[in-house]
Amino acid sequence: MSTGKDDTAAPVAATREDNTGRPKGLGPTGWLRWAWRILTSMRTALILLFLLAVGAIPGSFLPQNVVSVEEVNTYFREHPELAPWLDRFYLFDVFSSPWYAAIYLLLFVSLAGCVIPRAITHARAVRARPVQTPRNLGRMPYAARFTTDADPETVLDRARGVLKGYRTERYGDSVSAETGYLREAGNVLFHLALLGLLLALAAGAFFGYRGNLLLVEGDGFANTLTSYDAIYPGHWTDTDDLEPFTVHLDDFEASFIEDGDLRGQAESYVADLTYRESPEDEQARHRLEVNHPLSVGGVQVYLLGHGYAPEFEVRNADGEVVFDQPVPFIHRETRSFTSDGVVKVPDTGDEEQLGFVGVFLPSAVETEDGELISDFPGARNPQVTLEGYRGDLGLVDPQSVYQLRTTGMEELGSSPVLEMGDTWRLPDGAGSITFSGYSEYVSLQVNRDGARLPALAAASLAVLGLLVTLFVRPRRVWVRAVTGEDGRTTVELAGLGKTEAAGDNAEFHELTTELAQRLRNASEGPDAEGPESGPDPHTPQDPSGSTTTRE
Amino acid sequence: MTYTLAGAVNETMASASDTLIIAMIVTYAAALFLFAIEAAYGQRTRLKAGKLMPVGAGAADGNTDDAIEVNVRSTEGEAKAPQNALGRIALGVTTLGFVLGVAQIVTRGLAAGRWPWGNMFEFVVALCLVAVGGLLYASFRYQARFLGAFVLVPVLLLLGIGVRWLYVDPGPLIPALQSYWIPIHVSATILAGGAFMVSGAAGVTYLVSHRTETKRALGEKVTGIAGRLPSPELLDRISHRFVLFAFPLWTFGIIAGSIWADEAWGRFWGWDPKEVWSFISWVIYAAYLHARATGGWRGPKATWINVVGFATVLFNFFAVNYMFSGLHSYA
Ligand code: HEM
Repeated sequence: MSTGKDDTAAPVAATREDNTGRPKGLGPTGWLRWAWRILTSMRTALILLFLLAVGAIPGSFLPQNVVSVEEVNTYFREHPELAPWLDRFYLFDVFSSPWYAAIYLLLFVSLAGCVIPRAITHARAVRARPVQTPRNLGRMPYAARFTTDADPETVLDRARGVLKGYRTERYGDSVSAETGYLREAGNVLFHLALLGLLLALAAGAFFGYRGNLLLVEGDGFANTLTSYDAIYPGHWTDTDDLEPFTVHLDDFEASFIEDGDLRGQAESYVADLTYRESPEDEQARHRLEVNHPLSVGGVQVYLLGHGYAPEFEVRNADGEVVFDQPVPFIHRETRSFTSDGVVKVPDTGDEEQLGFVGVFLPSAVETEDGELISDFPGARNPQVTLEGYRGDLGLVDPQSVYQLRTTGMEELGSSPVLEMGDTWRLPDGAGSITFSGYSEYVSLQVNRDGARLPALAAASLAVLGLLVTLFVRPRRVWVRAVTGEDGRTTVELAGLGKTEAAGDNAEFHELTTELAQRLRNASEGPDAEGPESGPDPHTPQDPSGSTTTRE
Repeated sequence: MTYTLAGAVNETMASASDTLIIAMIVTYAAALFLFAIEAAYGQRTRLKAGKLMPVGAGAADGNTDDAIEVNVRSTEGEAKAPQNALGRIALGVTTLGFVLGVAQIVTRGLAAGRWPWGNMFEFVVALCLVAVGGLLYASFRYQARFLGAFVLVPVLLLLGIGVRWLYVDPGPLIPALQSYWIPIHVSATILAGGAFMVSGAAGVTYLVSHRTETKRALGEKVTGIAGRLPSPELLDRISHRFVLFAFPLWTFGIIAGSIWADEAWGRFWGWDPKEVWSFISWVIYAAYLHARATGGWRGPKATWINVVGFATVLFNFFAVNYMFSGLHSYA
């Protein structure tokens, strides 16, 4: 009973004011308890939240390996002094760094330590009856008093009717009522859902994988480790046992805006795929677009980008075809789609290998000063220029398919500008190369992340819990009815809101006026006269005009 | 390979929309002028009790048959704000501006044949519309007309920046933005952002009013607009109300954004700069809500967190689009 009183009298914030007085000579358990209390205090949570926000800032200013390894490499090249130092503090891997992990793990330990005991207390409170009516209702933040001819029993009875949505309990000459239990539940749900979100994300990172590859029109791939140009498996992912689907790229089409300010901006990309979920399955079709990934065997396949793969036919000195295929080129930027690539011909029939560095212009035009550029990303006038090399490609060492190692090679000079079908005869009878056409390719990302749905569920629960926390207002109301010396009944109504005083008080006042109204209607009976006892309880004679908010 | 002409743009609508935005800016500027006069010269009037003010302040002088005697224990000062007839006119003018704003957005959407928030210019305009809508709501619902000048200043600044530097002709969107998630994700962030803006404006007003109160307590005289503001408690409550509205929406916006990112880019969260900063804003507003429940943090400290929160929202919008390269840089 006394605890109930304390509970009602103390403002909410004060109970959370943390008692972080240092224990004196308490021994190790005392210290541990003290540390735990500090860690699970609201103030610590606040500080950790700040650290979480501040710690994320370098993650946006510095290039991050999770976002783009190339950008990090560029940064290293441009800042050779600074970069290794930054790297020492994991500043290129902020979100997987030990110090960032320390912040969020502490935050979540603090959260669990804070919220779980609260959940237990709350579970008890939900089953408890509304608290005893305090003796002195006049001390409550809202207190109203009026007299009525109705007897106390009727008053209390009507009070229960007015207190819709409240849980009520009769204590002697009074009714005690409480509502808004859901708020605490919402708060607990919100915080636990955040915890669940973290766990889901961790699990996804450990068991998933992400891979990238290029696929030229007319080609296909099977989902095995070797199909990928790059694959990033999680710690516990079994890469020997990937989902056995196959995908074939039938056709790709990009369309671009033709004129105006936005000329050259992409308008749509569509890749027509056929795929099988496993070798035994039926073949199916899918129209892959930017916002329309393929979902196959629990794995998502996304269209990340596209480009041109000019086709070359290379003949050796004897005129035999030694190379005939499309070669993916990488675009420099998207407005012109000027693309660079490398053609490597390892087997020419004699010991000299051939290599070419090429530039592909999808819509070649000559500028006024005679420079050849591409002025549109679509392939309106595809042209290629090449530089030839002869010698050793150095393929014994691993190397990028987009770079030619020219150290062991002899230059053959530059080609003329080649249109489709044109052939460049190499000097010294080294053979010839024909620009025979072009295909388009798509760059795909394949993703397995088991966390997607659990994370979404956790996040949705968090929003639900948040809405409940923010909009349910717990409040208590007491109504006491006592017969006075003059035989009339004195009614006292008091209210205590745990959140925002003003809105609560406005509501308490509505309760008072409604109760008064109902009692008057009751005492005057059905044939009451006078317009002021009109039956509409929502237009009470409001002494303060408090329920109207307009001017 | 197919080509399309950009001729889908409806020129009549486009020019109507461009005229409307200028008309809207002029209207807001007039309203700001009137609000400022009210703030500076209006009669300090006690505000009627309402959803944001404790009841009972006027109960003693009320008398009815019921004779309800109300006793509200409140530590707050009385809520007074400068008021005069110009304020009402300002409110009317603001409403007119708001209507022009709605028309502007609708015509722009018709001109481009798509949802009218696909680039930075359109985003700024929509954000300001929401902020003004928030101001109107607060004025009618909470009698918070006194916020007029404080909300319209950032609105006009942003609109000016939008028209001067961010403007692009209406046109179609890049493929990554062609999705039904535009109306969902972007609308949520715009609504939340506009409400954060009102909250931030009320927060700044609160900080000024709080300082006035502190100075008065020290016996100093405070004159000018700063000396005529409503009580800090009231401003704090308005500011808090708008965060209560905006925070869940922002949360939802982030979630919707990650679902979209999952569809478009193959991962729902990749620490792209835009994602990092929306996360930072989210954490800061969570910290604001926490601070209000933490002993010793309620009041100016919590409000500073709120103001910093809006600064991060703006930073996310301007800086991230221009300073960083990322998937989200559509500038
Ligand atoms: C991931 C970190 C966290 C986030 C994003 C977060 C967010 C929030 C939000 C948005 C609220 C609603 C505030 C309101 O009711 O007005 C809240 C309330 C609360 N949080 Fe957290 N929180 C986090 C961690 C923690 C931790 C570590 C603790 C404990 C030390 C904690 C304890 C509480 C408590 C007690 C409330 C209720 C406040 C009240 O009743 O007004 N939270 N939190």
